[in-house]
Amino acid sequence: MTTRYPGLIESHLFSRDVIAEIQRAATEGIYDIRGGGAKRYVPHFDDLVFLGASMSRYPLEGYRERCDTNVVLGTRYASRPIELKIPITVAGMSFGALSAQAKEALGRGASAVGTSTTTGDGGMTAEERESSKTLVYQVLPSRYGMNPDDLRRADAIEVVLGQGAKPGGGGMLLGQKISPRVAAMRDLPPNIDQRSACRHPDWTGPDDLEIKLRELREITDWEKPIYIKVGASRTYYDTTLAVKAGADVIVVDGMQGGTAATQNVFIEHVGIPTLAALRQAVEALTELDMHRKVQLIVSGGIRTGADVAKALAMGADAVSIGIAALIALGDNSPGLDDEYQKIGTRAGFYDDWQAGQDPAGITTQNAELAQRLDPVLGGRRLANYLRTLTMEAQIIARACGKSHVHNLEPEDLVALTIEAAAMAGVPLAGTKWIPGHGL
Amino acid sequence: MAGTQSTSPVRTVDLKVATVRELNQALHELAEDGAETDWKILNAAGNHALAVGINARCRVEIMGHVGYYCAGMNKYATLTINGNAATGLAENMMSGLVRLRGDASQSAGATGRGGLLVIEGNAAARCGISLKGLDIVVKGSVGHMSAFMAQRGRMVICGDAGSALGDSLYETQLFVKGKVVDLGADCIEKEMRAEHVEAVEALLAKAGINERAQAFRRYGSARKLYHFNIDHADAY
Repeated sequence: MTTRYPGLIESHLFSRDVIAEIQRAATEGIYDIRGGGAKRYVPHFDDLVFLGASMSRYPLEGYRERCDTNVVLGTRYASRPIELKIPITVAGMSFGALSAQAKEALGRGASAVGTSTTTGDGGMTAEERESSKTLVYQVLPSRYGMNPDDLRRADAIEVVLGQGAKPGGGGMLLGQKISPRVAAMRDLPPNIDQRSACRHPDWTGPDDLEIKLRELREITDWEKPIYIKVGASRTYYDTTLAVKAGADVIVVDGMQGGTAATQNVFIEHVGIPTLAALRQAVEALTELDMHRKVQLIVSGGIRTGADVAKALAMGADAVSIGIAALIALGDNSPGLDDEYQKIGTRAGFYDDWQAGQDPAGITTQNAELAQRLDPVLGGRRLANYLRTLTMEAQIIARACGKSHVHNLEPEDLVALTIEAAAMAGVPLAGTKWIPGHGL
Repeated sequence: MAGTQSTSPVRTVDLKVATVRELNQALHELAEDGAETDWKILNAAGNHALAVGINARCRVEIMGHVGYYCAGMNKYATLTINGNAATGLAENMMSGLVRLRGDASQSAGATGRGGLLVIEGNAAARCGISLKGLDIVVKGSVGHMSAFMAQRGRMVICGDAGSALGDSLYETQLFVKGKVVDLGADCIEKEMRAEHVEAVEALLAKAGINERAQAFRRYGSARKLYHFNIDHADAY
């Protein structure tokens, strides 16, 4: 590999970035921890394009003809399924990882556009419940803050088996984020590093999980939809087993999902891309004749209405956003670049969400920093962003002749790369070829 | 509800006739601040999720063996189970008293946040895992990985403890009368001071178990894993 230094050749294996990381590890004696999801290139929705209507398809008029976006989740067993106005939900992020102001802002933004937000590993706060019209309560391995009152106060329950950033991994909330309030909610001493377990404490496999779900249904009188969330890895089998265990909704989080902080090597080398996981989940549901009966939510790298539309076209019922929601609140804002530089980073690169020093006041428990985020303004920004995503998805759906975003289908998509064609199960653009499906 | 007799002060539910759903629904309809009521459940027959999510002051006696998660997330109620219990007995219980006359399978009292769980037989692996404030008294022995990552609350074990007791322990206090196969990461034996003897005496009395508190040894967290330290990497 050539460099800007004539005559010098940079190693591909031992590039300057790799050398810097080896030397950092040798100095500090610990791996790099960060949030932000997979940063390297992996095949994604950008590698797909829609086939807009033309001679053989009839488009709908933008801004005039209806293109609906509502979605109902939890129709399999729950007596009170939830109905959302848009198919874009806000993913689980804990109070503890996020400030109370950020959690409130997420609730306000989601509620303003008629969608749901989700608790996280640390329990439900009163502010969050109050600000969220539809709130999904997570049941995680740690069970921090778990109690039957909040279970009954929730609109849906999400049993979390894993996250896209770290399938198979637990978590760690550093001591500087364990404020007295966070510690009390988690039954832990303040200021200690707190482990979040990687396995549930009271069930050990899909057969047990089926019984666990039945207990949760009994406690809540079979009212609430129960989601099962998995980090994308063996997604075909996980989806099949989640259906067998009795899920109303399955949430699949691809490796680009990344509000969860963990080791850089874990983020980049464990799990599969959202694109590949989504196709596997839809295949499993279809084979079981459960597609659209058990709803599918996909997350991990959703940024635009095009991403939303592509996920729905591939068979998802809804998508979920995490990183993008934080950015909408103000994370990595260029206006804060001076502050980011003071903590050794730059706007656009900040990913130490575990460290609690967030100048935007989002991923922190520092009261002074947290006060910088106005929950009302933050909520307004998130609502603006969610509306934009929705309108973008509608524009694409209308162009494909669809009167509901759920009418988008794989037939509307082609891939720009062989890898994406293989993962998404759609033809390479200009061909009829789907790798793995013969010619 | 079919299978219910309520002519006497004790409301009897026969699970040969009534369903688990009907039983739980009836228990959930009790008012949180209502008068205490008495219930007797016949033919438990290993059913799962029996008497879960109770949110009222009532006394429930269950006849027979119970399946998974019996008395899960209990608040206020006093339950007595005349049999053995499968996985997750009284998981995440919040308050009240759960008494098991027989043996408990794995993860008994998991993540419990308050109240008292008494197991008159033995408890299998992971008893008191991720404990968050519940007190557990076991008349017999407990299996391996008991009190794993336990955070708050107390466990009194009158028999022996399996391997890796208290692995990655936070602030739960462990008292064992018998042998401990070995201790888990960051769990150490600590001095049994007068206040600990007093606490064990009180818990044994509350559990109705006749043992000498002075015969117990105390184990707790060394607190060396509370902050990540690369020099402790071999313990992680």
